[in-house]
Amino acid sequence: MAKKTHETPLLDQLESGPWPSFITGLKRLAENNDMVVDLLGQLETSYETKSGYWKGGTVGVFGYGGGVIPRFTELLDAKGKPKYPHAAEFHTLRVMPPPGWHYDTDTLRKFCDIWEKYGSGLIALHGQTGDIMFQGCTTENVQPAFDAINEMGFDLGGAGPALRTACSCVGQARCEHACYDTHRANRQLVNAFIDDMHRPSLPYKFKFKMSGCPNDCMNSVQRCDFAVIGTWRDDIQVDQQEVQNFVAEHGRQYVIDNIVTRCPTRCLSLTDQDTLDIDNRNCVRCMHCINVMTKALSPGKERGASILIGGKRTLKIGDLMGTVVIPFMKLDTEEDWQALEEFAGRVIEFFAENALEHERTGEMIERIGLTSFLEGVGVEPDPNMINHPRTNPYVRLDDWDAEVEKWNQRKGASAAG
Amino acid sequence: MTQPRPPVESGVVDVTPYLHPLMKKNYGRWKWHDRPQPGVLRHVADSGDQIWTVRAGTQRQMDVHTVRLLCDIADQHAEGYVRFTIRSNIEFMVSDEAKVQPLIEALNAAGFPIGGTGNSVSMISHTQGWLHCDIPGTDASGVVKALMDDLYEEFTNERMPNRVRITTSCCEINCGGQGDIAINVQHTKPPKINHELVANVCERPAVVARCPVAAIRPALINGKPSLEVDERKCICCGACFPPCPPMQINDPEHTKLAIWVGGKNSNSRSKPAFHKLVAAGLPNNPPRWPEVAEVVKKILYAYQKDARDWERMNEWIDRIGWARFFELTELPFTKYHIDDWRGARASLNASAQMRF
Repeated sequence: MAKKTHETPLLDQLESGPWPSFITGLKRLAENNDMVVDLLGQLETSYETKSGYWKGGTVGVFGYGGGVIPRFTELLDAKGKPKYPHAAEFHTLRVMPPPGWHYDTDTLRKFCDIWEKYGSGLIALHGQTGDIMFQGCTTENVQPAFDAINEMGFDLGGAGPALRTACSCVGQARCEHACYDTHRANRQLVNAFIDDMHRPSLPYKFKFKMSGCPNDCMNSVQRCDFAVIGTWRDDIQVDQQEVQNFVAEHGRQYVIDNIVTRCPTRCLSLTDQDTLDIDNRNCVRCMHCINVMTKALSPGKERGASILIGGKRTLKIGDLMGTVVIPFMKLDTEEDWQALEEFAGRVIEFFAENALEHERTGEMIERIGLTSFLEGVGVEPDPNMINHPRTNPYVRLDDWDAEVEKWNQRKGASAAG
Repeated sequence: MTQPRPPVESGVVDVTPYLHPLMKKNYGRWKWHDRPQPGVLRHVADSGDQIWTVRAGTQRQMDVHTVRLLCDIADQHAEGYVRFTIRSNIEFMVSDEAKVQPLIEALNAAGFPIGGTGNSVSMISHTQGWLHCDIPGTDASGVVKALMDDLYEEFTNERMPNRVRITTSCCEINCGGQGDIAINVQHTKPPKINHELVANVCERPAVVARCPVAAIRPALINGKPSLEVDERKCICCGACFPPCPPMQINDPEHTKLAIWVGGKNSNSRSKPAFHKLVAAGLPNNPPRWPEVAEVVKKILYAYQKDARDWERMNEWIDRIGWARFFELTELPFTKYHIDDWRGARASLNASAQMRF
């Protein structure tokens, strides 16, 4: 039995209604956990006063500089003591989940046992960066809780100016659209730069996300600095018999209104035989027709990924989408994977050396220009990187002829190759 | 004192042991999928193997009892493997179609809704809020619980023109990310500065550098080094508050909620898009934020009624134009909707193309 619970008339109103209630879950924990009793007291106060009461601090585990989010209460009584003393320390451990958030129940049960023993019993599955968030731990228990989780084979994620936890979509484990092994990319890229996660010394955070196709289920284009988005460069695979079956089932008007005319580059034509003609040279790999006709259409066979750099949200300069830096790279052979890792290393190194304090990769590129970034990481310019060429003449073209010569050489090399 | 245990810097685990056996066996060799009913996916492999997935909504912030209950259901009615989606839905995989309905019944009986697939409103992606964040203007889990109660039928059905992704954020950093509909904190007054504390707590040059509009400058206040804000320049974004807690930006009355629409991450049909401001000044009104829910539902059902099949929120608005959007949603259009941040010219209509 825990201490007596506080009155929570506002939070109680979040127990009605059909959606699962986190308040009901917290109350269940409070039956034998003083920390949660007092957490509910503080949260109820926040609902009354419309104010937050947590401050940060410095709490960590031996050997690491990040991965724990310290929280100390600022809600004090008249004597300056915590009003809810059992929730005075309420730290979070960020733990990197299996790629794609796949679990067996045995692992989840072990996490629950550890967190019941050392923490509040509250787990967020998952945080916005992708971590398992073990929420609510005293300073004293952070180390033994981490030790137990670490003994299971799991490691802390990132916090502060560091490499952060990555996320990868369900990928090849269960999706026919996945154009490369997103889980391998997640594990390989994070583990290659794990030192930058555990010992924060970058200008600011750096995030990887891996989506297996341009549907971008990991929202990588706007949620990370380094987005690996699966794609293909040959023709869409078509099973014309299945196209005919689809037309028979849904009707021609449905196919014309919802597939043919929805193609952004007008590549599709429904033939008199109810088959599809596809202008593959013009296809931009948007995925719409493949999403709707899952049985008849699939991505091509020559698969790989595009890399978009510099996505982030608002602060400081405003929203940024990632932009194309590598239009296509194959991810089949060990050499391909090594090339991906090496490229990621060049981007992180350039970021570490050139970004200002608290400046994200995208903001750095905005400040120095994409061309300077490309030169810094050793990538040649490509028309796939832009929506359109510059619209102003405010540029010096001293080396125009030399740049033209480089382009001609690259074109010659790719024609010969 | 005993020697502390050095960490095993094992990094990300190999996914293989955590995969359902059919997913292990058919890794990279899936052929097609369909959705037999809302909340249920069927994937078919090149080998002919089939796997059924049942998707259920959760509260994201879960107590260990809830996690164990989900594990019990996974062990008794599924095959011991689950996964979570980016929107905190849980997925149970089974190799036999006959297990699907009993699994759904067990989940429903335990209070978990089945849905979130196809053209539905999936779970709202959200942040920590008052429960755990150090800078929140509002709560997260509570707003989401209240809204998902209201949108429950849209989670369990697939009756929207296309998928609808809703996000919430408790400050203007916007951890919730882009959404078809985004509910974000918008502060409306400059920070209130506790000059007694600034010198001891804040690294002043770093705080000055954080301001997007250079409104902060060092100052000597009552003989103490502090910071002052040019309130005519201040855009009330709150960027100074995390590095300098004595610059309190949150206010019970003046911290408001704003609604944004048309954010999209996917490349399908149109390119990814940012969400745009459509409503603001909504009160931060716990425990159920009814004013926010009213605007969200107004926008959602105008979209449902008027958009064509497969149009996402931004694509619907691109087709009908912003004038019609404000007409159909009955939301006021003000001078504050006209962007004046960098790059704003690209958002102005430089043509004679208009709808009346």
